[in-house]
Amino acid sequence: MKKTLYDKLWEEHHIHTYDNGYSLIYVDKHLIHEVTSPQAFEGLRQANRSIWNKKSIMAVPDHNVPTTMRENGIKDPISKIQVDALNKNCKTNNLLKFDLEDIRQGIVHVVGPEQGIILPGMTVVCGDSHTSTHGALAALAFGIGTSEVEHVLATQCLLQKKSLNMNINIIGEMPEHFYSKDLALLIISKIGTAGGTGHAIEYSGASIRNLSMEARMTLCNMTIEAGATTGLIAVDKKTIDYVENKPYAPKGKDFLQAKKYWENLISDEQATYDKTVNINIGSAGPMMTWGTSPEMAVNIDGRLPDLDEEQFSSKRQDLLNAFSYMGLKEKQDINSIKLDKIFIGSCTNSRIEDLRIVANIVKNKKVSSNIKSAIIVPGSGLVKEEAEKEGLDKIFTKSGFEWRSPGCSMCLGMNDDKLNEYERCASTSNRNFEGRQGRLSRTHLVSPATAAAAAIYGHFIDIRDII
Amino acid sequence: MKKFKNVESVIAYIDRKNIDTDAIIPKQYLKSVTREGFGETLFDDWRYIDPGKLGDNHSLRKKNPEFFLHNSKYDGAKILLTGDNFGCGSSREHAVWAIMDYGFDVVISTSFADIFYNNCFKNGLLPIVLSQDDFEAISARISEKNNQYAVNLENQLISCIDFEIKFEIDKRRKHVLLEGIDDISETLKLSKKIKNYEDSKLIKTPWIFNG
Repeated sequence: MKKTLYDKLWEEHHIHTYDNGYSLIYVDKHLIHEVTSPQAFEGLRQANRSIWNKKSIMAVPDHNVPTTMRENGIKDPISKIQVDALNKNCKTNNLLKFDLEDIRQGIVHVVGPEQGIILPGMTVVCGDSHTSTHGALAALAFGIGTSEVEHVLATQCLLQKKSLNMNINIIGEMPEHFYSKDLALLIISKIGTAGGTGHAIEYSGASIRNLSMEARMTLCNMTIEAGATTGLIAVDKKTIDYVENKPYAPKGKDFLQAKKYWENLISDEQATYDKTVNINIGSAGPMMTWGTSPEMAVNIDGRLPDLDEEQFSSKRQDLLNAFSYMGLKEKQDINSIKLDKIFIGSCTNSRIEDLRIVANIVKNKKVSSNIKSAIIVPGSGLVKEEAEKEGLDKIFTKSGFEWRSPGCSMCLGMNDDKLNEYERCASTSNRNFEGRQGRLSRTHLVSPATAAAAAIYGHFIDIRDII
Repeated sequence: MKKFKNVESVIAYIDRKNIDTDAIIPKQYLKSVTREGFGETLFDDWRYIDPGKLGDNHSLRKKNPEFFLHNSKYDGAKILLTGDNFGCGSSREHAVWAIMDYGFDVVISTSFADIFYNNCFKNGLLPIVLSQDDFEAISARISEKNNQYAVNLENQLISCIDFEIKFEIDKRRKHVLLEGIDDISETLKLSKKIKNYEDSKLIKTPWIFNG
């Protein structure tokens, strides 16, 4: 039988089959952060259970940490309790953790691959839905709830039903100024936020092979917004080059042995999928979301949708609600949408490549006067260090951006970085839900390039018109 | 986990698709380190007119009178009926904790997001998936006077005096809820098999254990 990459990863980690269609799957890496783990550790303590494999765990505080004045520690006492709980749980159990003061600290999904802690072929879980990011390294990675975090801590396994296989085949070459974030939004606008439910998605096509590892991570990261918990990209030379020499990656003879194994992490040529979706990107352009679900996305070159003329996966009433919540109108000229804030960061778009793209666009230009704040939050301390080495921080601050310390920040607004009521933001993050970036906040998801251009112009603009 | 018992109550209906877990329980309450007390802030942004934060006395906040759960006909509801793709977005299990802490034991929809669906069974919340036809049949009846329903998991039935719908659920999930099974104890029964797997893995892919 010909197998997909997902089939191979599944079989490799399969320990036991129950007689009711469920399987026990082994977990190689368990990423932990402060928000979804305290109750799991508490459950473990109450049941008097211990951690199965401490070496499988990497912990880092990211969701609930300040991105300014780090030297003063965490001001908010409630947030501090949560981060302290993570510290205590890791210390008691002797787990690998990158503290707030550690240069390796950052967003869990940026840090894992950056450290070589996530490797091809692994099963990876985290109490965070954007764990799908790691599928870019051909790792079977998905988000889990807190009870499952506890289950993995105690048993190193998860009870799972195998997902169906979905192939998203990208036809055509990536047009200029069309980034992997745009591709993700295009896909979600076509298949809907539930389009991938019950499936593991594999991205294929020549243009996927041409994407950098960072761009692949962006695409796999957004897979959950299409409803699939797992998004995969097969191993190629880029994957292996990326992993080589990472701090925790195998070295020397071990690396060669691993490389041989990794090279097989591709779908067989004749493998069949339960569902295949072809997406043609030949004439695609930059995308933006206009509504309150990632599927409410359009091409940035014209007007907002006309509900009478187009087909949508959302219900008409939901679309009307979204227009009302966002303070926008049907058929509105996209260039007329003025912005209040700009957020560049998150596990979707905070890697060095993203920051270079932004720097290229904003160099020697000024953030528009109507923008109240434009912040750039690097994905990790190491991304920050690299950006500073390249002088990107100087470009940003000279343009009027704030240059912050790493964390999830305004993507979910758990710390002080949030939008006030009715403020409108061009954001490189992953969710535009009602209230996501703050109560009554208005979020537009875009690529770093589009966010950068919007910062300079103060409103949305097609990046192709200004370069 | 507590065993799932049959439920009798009115059905509270929110006619909306794609309700995400940010809407079910907003971020500021995720700072809690316990599993309790999320019911008061279920659907917080829709439910209150003023903003709230962890530790507030929520009974003093201004309620949104138009919020569906503030309709007295839904008082005491233990069954929630809602549109497609319920629980999409973040993996936060706090969403399930909030729904249960409010008093719901059953959520009915045409579809659920995968992670949310999984989280339900870890806490004793029954998510029922109905076909579009059955969903429409039941939602059309909500405004009728007799909105009192029984949910029987054993027989897989939603019923009231003159109406009944059978629902599907896989055997294991059903068993887990009915018996209140602790998955971790079940898995630990296979400890030896897990150890054997690790031994073979140590030879085949030793770098996995480098950590």
